[in-house]
Amino acid sequence: MADDIKPRLRVPTSAKKGEVVEIKTLITHPMETGLRKDSDGKIVPRLIVNALAVTYNDKPVLNARLEPAVSANPYLAFFLKVDESGTLKFTWTDDNKQSWSAESKIEVT
Amino acid sequence: MALAGALVARHAFATTDQARDWLAGHAKGALKDGKVSLKAPEIAENGNAVPLTVSVDSEMSDKIYVKAIYIAADGNPNPGVAVYEFTPLSGKAEVSLRVRLQQTQKLVAVAEMNDGTLFTASREIKVTIGGCGG
Repeated sequence: MADDIKPRLRVPTSAKKGEVVEIKTLITHPMETGLRKDSDGKIVPRLIVNALAVTYNDKPVLNARLEPAVSANPYLAFFLKVDESGTLKFTWTDDNKQSWSAESKIEVT
Repeated sequence: MALAGALVARHAFATTDQARDWLAGHAKGALKDGKVSLKAPEIAENGNAVPLTVSVDSEMSDKIYVKAIYIAADGNPNPGVAVYEFTPLSGKAEVSLRVRLQQTQKLVAVAEMNDGTLFTASREIKVTIGGCGG
């Protein structure tokens, strides 16, 4: 299952200086709540992506902490104020401390 | 839906008090109404993924900005939904996500400003088929 986990980003490649742009992200992940039972009646252990950290040129933009109430394949849209060209970095972490990263560049035009 | 039945039998749901306690555990202080808005469908047919947008009407400058948004639900097995921490770089205090809702219930959001002021808003969402996994 872990091999299927893939982050997806929708980030504009360019922006005007000072523009506030929308960023959309999704990571394919089952977000097991720890409450569900499998076909044998056994509880499937909790395994969720519990954190997402976003930085722009290594400065923090957004930190998210997720609970099991967030749907499978957690989707998140948020905003970024672009004052300079740079790299937006994303790091997701799950309950097993496994993490996935992605990045995208934005150029100020 | 047999699964949902089993869950109902096995797990008590969070209450309005528990949702409030969960929020208070993250942001202590007096809550003021206003500034925060929750956008979601009035009736959600599928409780597994209910689109939700929480926004705070505030500037995002170095002097005044929204530090965090806390979201709780009062009818799920656990009250917490998510916490989002912002910086002035966020530009706009708004997040969109998808939540699991086990049944018809109220979603509550609290926004914490950088000076510690807390604003809150809530919204009831009717759920036709509960998020069985959640």
